[in-house]
Amino acid sequence: MLFQSQPPTETAREIRRRLVQMIYEAKGGHVGGSLSSVEILVSLFFHAMRYDPHEPDNPGRDRFILSKGHSVEGYYCVLAKAGFFPEKELASYGRFGSFLYGHPTCKVPGVDVPSGSLGHGLGVACGMALAGKRDGASFRVFVLIGDGELAEGSIWEAVMAAAHFGLDHLVAVVDCNSLQISGRTHEIMSMQNLAQRWQSFGWEVREVDGHDLDALNRVFDEVPWQVGRPQVLLAHTIKGRGVSFMENVASWHHGEMSPEQYETAMRELSGSPEAGSR
Amino acid sequence: MSSTKPSCRHAFSAALLRAMEKDDRIYVVTSDSRGSVTVQNVATRFPSLFVEVGIAEQNAVSIGAGLAKAGKRVFVCGPASFYSSRCVDQVKVDVAYAHSDVKIIGVSGGVSYGALGGTHHSLNDIAVMRTLPGLQLFLPCDAYQTDALTTMLAASEGPAYLRVGRGPVPEVYPAGCGTSFHSGTAPILHEGTDCAIAAAGEMLYHALGAARLLEAEGIGVRILDCWSIKPLDVETVVQAARETGLVLSVEEHSVHGGLGAAVAETLVQRHPVPMRILGFPDEWLPAGSSTELFRHFGFTTEQLAGSVRDALRMKDRARRSS
Repeated sequence: MLFQSQPPTETAREIRRRLVQMIYEAKGGHVGGSLSSVEILVSLFFHAMRYDPHEPDNPGRDRFILSKGHSVEGYYCVLAKAGFFPEKELASYGRFGSFLYGHPTCKVPGVDVPSGSLGHGLGVACGMALAGKRDGASFRVFVLIGDGELAEGSIWEAVMAAAHFGLDHLVAVVDCNSLQISGRTHEIMSMQNLAQRWQSFGWEVREVDGHDLDALNRVFDEVPWQVGRPQVLLAHTIKGRGVSFMENVASWHHGEMSPEQYETAMRELSGSPEAGSR
Repeated sequence: MSSTKPSCRHAFSAALLRAMEKDDRIYVVTSDSRGSVTVQNVATRFPSLFVEVGIAEQNAVSIGAGLAKAGKRVFVCGPASFYSSRCVDQVKVDVAYAHSDVKIIGVSGGVSYGALGGTHHSLNDIAVMRTLPGLQLFLPCDAYQTDALTTMLAASEGPAYLRVGRGPVPEVYPAGCGTSFHSGTAPILHEGTDCAIAAAGEMLYHALGAARLLEAEGIGVRILDCWSIKPLDVETVVQAARETGLVLSVEEHSVHGGLGAAVAETLVQRHPVPMRILGFPDEWLPAGSSTELFRHFGFTTEQLAGSVRDALRMKDRARRSS
């Protein structure tokens, strides 16, 4: 955890503004899912996780995998704010030769594994957690998955394995924003009774308002929720959170803002009426 | 080179066990395949370094990558047919793109499974794997070479794919011969200047036999052991083309995308010469044991010698017409 001089809600607001700016300047990006996962990332990186950005390879560090790799803009902003690389590098996003690709890669300090092809992160996280368990290490592994991503069969291979191996240092967080690129997640592939599904596979399940930082912090503080079982947090979120015309609109899964839309977004994310014109 | 020796898969598991005695970072991951990989000995000797994921190849590779990213050197082992198709995305992203210290061991490669059919043949694994940047690709020909390459992989960092066959194979490198192998080099096993054969895996023995047969007829065939398909020993391949003017490739793989393609891509850009690519045709194979399939498609020693004679006639015709 890093010491933060500003309230976490202000950090979340700052991350939102920065990622919207990045996406506007890059002329496109996965803005909807980045906005839905901001509080989850802020809680993990500025409250729950133990790491030192100056020692990104420290074997005792907590790990994080962004399995929903397309929501990369918010992740990059969080990594930069956490000190893994200078915040000015964010300006290179989307430009030729930048180390900040449109999905995470190992070229980015703090990123252990690339992602972008969905359904991989939980299996990799299982491997990390299994190594830690067999070594008697204390690090935890956090992995952020999209709810649409749960349609990938490989996820459920990993769900089985994590319970089989009793990986209680593994925490999966599902960003339940209920939308994916083609529409509402439950209409595209039904995911009813999600908590029971995970429970029936042997996981400990909690549910939380994924935009409530205090609630997120509390639930992460209580890890492990039950010794011997992996845990999943179903974080209920709003896709496009914080920008009125993006909220709950599937087409903002990926999008390019007009100057007027950008101005509106920045104004709404500032709390100050004159903000937004940079 | 005549006596039958243990299978490459048994040589692999014996060498792996030996390496694990010295290095406790080495993990083994299997997908209900410990029998076919012959690593039950590892599971028994090192249960804490052995991971069974059930019938889930995608998860085996992802878990292997996660173990590697937590400091382990990981051998993910199972049938080549499944590991080169079912979980290619995991090999691409979690292993190659992530540069994870994971070695994918594809056992019972090629047509080892014979009559079990197309689901169990891996005749496109070289084509798939060699297009993944950062992934080394090795095909040993016999037990000695498998032992040596396994030992090398156990002592080196980074992603690799090693394909071994299932059944006992005759030896090319006598046990205890002391030959060492270095990634990106192709040993010349037989000298000749009439043509060259680039071969790898269990076809190498038959290619070498053909060269010896043809030697008695006064035909000099140079044999290159292209066990290191990636990186390929480009200079040795080009030199063989330059000095013989005719190159054949032989492999237990589709004629598309394999060693022959790698050699052709090299020669067409560096030193074009007439070439013949020998491998399995672009079709689903008839039922049959691997020995029967080898014979049916022309890969016995005598049949390969015939292919060389045909190719030499092609070379002569080309020379006369130019």
